[in-house]
Amino acid sequence: MKYDTRLRLERLGVFAVGVLAVVMLAFLAARGLAEYSSAADLVATRLVDGGCALGSVAGTRLLCFNFVWYSVATGVLVGIVGPLIGSYVVHREMALIGETLAHTAFAGVAFGIFFGSATNWGVSVLLAALVTGIIGAFGVQYLSSRTAAHGDVPIAIVLTGSFAIGTIVISLGRGFGGVSIDAYLFGQMAAVTQSGAQLMGVVSVVVIALVALNYKQFLFITFDEQAARVARLNVSAYNTLLILLTAVVVVGAMQILGIILVTAMLVVPVAAASAVADSFREAQYLSIIVGEVSVLVGVTAAFLYGLAPGGSIVVVAIAIYLVAVAVADRDSAVAAGA
Amino acid sequence: MTIDLHADAHYRMNDQTTGGGHDDSDPDHDHDHDHVADSTPGHDRATEASATLEHGSEPAVRMENVTFGYGDQPAVENVSLTIERGEFLGLVGPNGSGKTTLLLLMLGVLSPDEGRVELFGDPVDEFADGERIGYVSQKSTDAGSTMPVTVREVVTMGRFAHAGHRRLSDRDHEAVDEALETVGIRDLESRRINELSGGQTQRAYIARALASEADLLAMDEPTVGVDARSREQFYGLLGDLNDRGITIILIEHDLGVVTDRADRIACINRTLYHHGSASSFAESDALEAAYGPNSEIVHHDH
Repeated sequence: MKYDTRLRLERLGVFAVGVLAVVMLAFLAARGLAEYSSAADLVATRLVDGGCALGSVAGTRLLCFNFVWYSVATGVLVGIVGPLIGSYVVHREMALIGETLAHTAFAGVAFGIFFGSATNWGVSVLLAALVTGIIGAFGVQYLSSRTAAHGDVPIAIVLTGSFAIGTIVISLGRGFGGVSIDAYLFGQMAAVTQSGAQLMGVVSVVVIALVALNYKQFLFITFDEQAARVARLNVSAYNTLLILLTAVVVVGAMQILGIILVTAMLVVPVAAASAVADSFREAQYLSIIVGEVSVLVGVTAAFLYGLAPGGSIVVVAIAIYLVAVAVADRDSAVAAGA
Repeated sequence: MTIDLHADAHYRMNDQTTGGGHDDSDPDHDHDHDHVADSTPGHDRATEASATLEHGSEPAVRMENVTFGYGDQPAVENVSLTIERGEFLGLVGPNGSGKTTLLLLMLGVLSPDEGRVELFGDPVDEFADGERIGYVSQKSTDAGSTMPVTVREVVTMGRFAHAGHRRLSDRDHEAVDEALETVGIRDLESRRINELSGGQTQRAYIARALASEADLLAMDEPTVGVDARSREQFYGLLGDLNDRGITIILIEHDLGVVTDRADRIACINRTLYHHGSASSFAESDALEAAYGPNSEIVHHDH
């Protein structure tokens, strides 16, 4: 297919994803404002009713429940911001850093549970995860600037170290709390709370706005950091911003994907898109489409069959990745034969 | 050992005789190093009217007693040199001699431990006109090897320093078109950069510098892994750009090529062994002093 036609189709896909995201954000905002405004309450109720009616036509009553909407909204947003940030993280070879941030956030989750004795993705747990995630981001940034090019030994130490602290705190809490950590490790559909979904909404708006504002700068430092330095871009400031955004996205996405699998949403759609895309912009569009399809299929499967959503989302994404690699191989074989 | 300097189209013999920018009494100009006496008559050839008109007449680069080390390991010691606008400087030296370090010091990517660096008259750490410098790093060719980026996207990066956070304007896109046209890769603009040959890749990076309307082009061994014919074309292109008034600093491992093409040669091996015209470099004993005995310049026919 010609590059221009392909790009137009991809734009259409991204637009559809965008519409979906706007609906979800409208729902989250309306639910948030429902206490203060009957109009907002009405909007939220109408949206759920509409989704319920549409779902019933398709043979499911899932969309008739508010809690499903929180999970779906979070998933839809994760499917956008994960690959969006991932396209920089992957090509900066920072995938391990994303993984590390998830594990430092786990320590925060553990503290949040311990002190808040929460039993789900309450906002207190998420905020604790956000704080430790951001501390982790600065720690990793410091370590990778101090050690030779992305030295992975100190990063591996931070990764396992924070996870170790998390498990200790969890096991302490378990003595008198009896909290199950499965939902945190593997993600759980019904465990997404209203405040958790709303936090994801805020995070997504901030991340999308900042990436849009700094698109050029992020692209330049990702592709050629040294030349960006020579062009007098403040490379270390952009690096810090990027790692902070990564931490924020990781914490938001943990709710659906779980700590163990959260990095997959940053990495797998981008890898799939990079196999077939020509331009960076195209890769970004495609990775968002791949991310969104994975989330929607994965979440649906998780609800229908009671699976862990993180696992099903990642399996779908990897299946798409394998197809993309096969297509890319065939294309290059055709090109070589021509 | 003699060197035949080709008086070809890219070697500007004619417009170099009347230098207004500086003269032999210029104290910063390549007299203050002790290994080689720079005895070239008329070494003030490298002046460029078009470059001096627009931005005043300070030299493109001025380094004074610059010393830099990685930890305890000195990489560059007490180097002073001045690069005038419009000059084509070849930076040579054996492997590990600090060429790349010196270049990064000039561009302000590294800060000297001692000494002072100026870019276009400003202290390098205060220099803010990033768009005036085009830089092609040694790693540029393999950077982002798995990253999907088109040639056009790479060249457009040359406009980013101009644009900052605003949207790219029509003027930006025109500059990119012109740059692609100039280096002759317009037809490759929507190809992935890592699908290009070595020679085409180098052109893309040059186009990036052109799009940014840089008046200083700094390149670190740009022709490694490029076939002989593309390399020839590449040097032709550099010559043309130099004729347009762009200052060029080129790190090159091939002494034959660089002494043929550059106006002036700086030879370093931690300290500066020679800085002067290409012919004076060939006549001096700097080569042997810096590279060790049994070194010679191999010329290529072209």
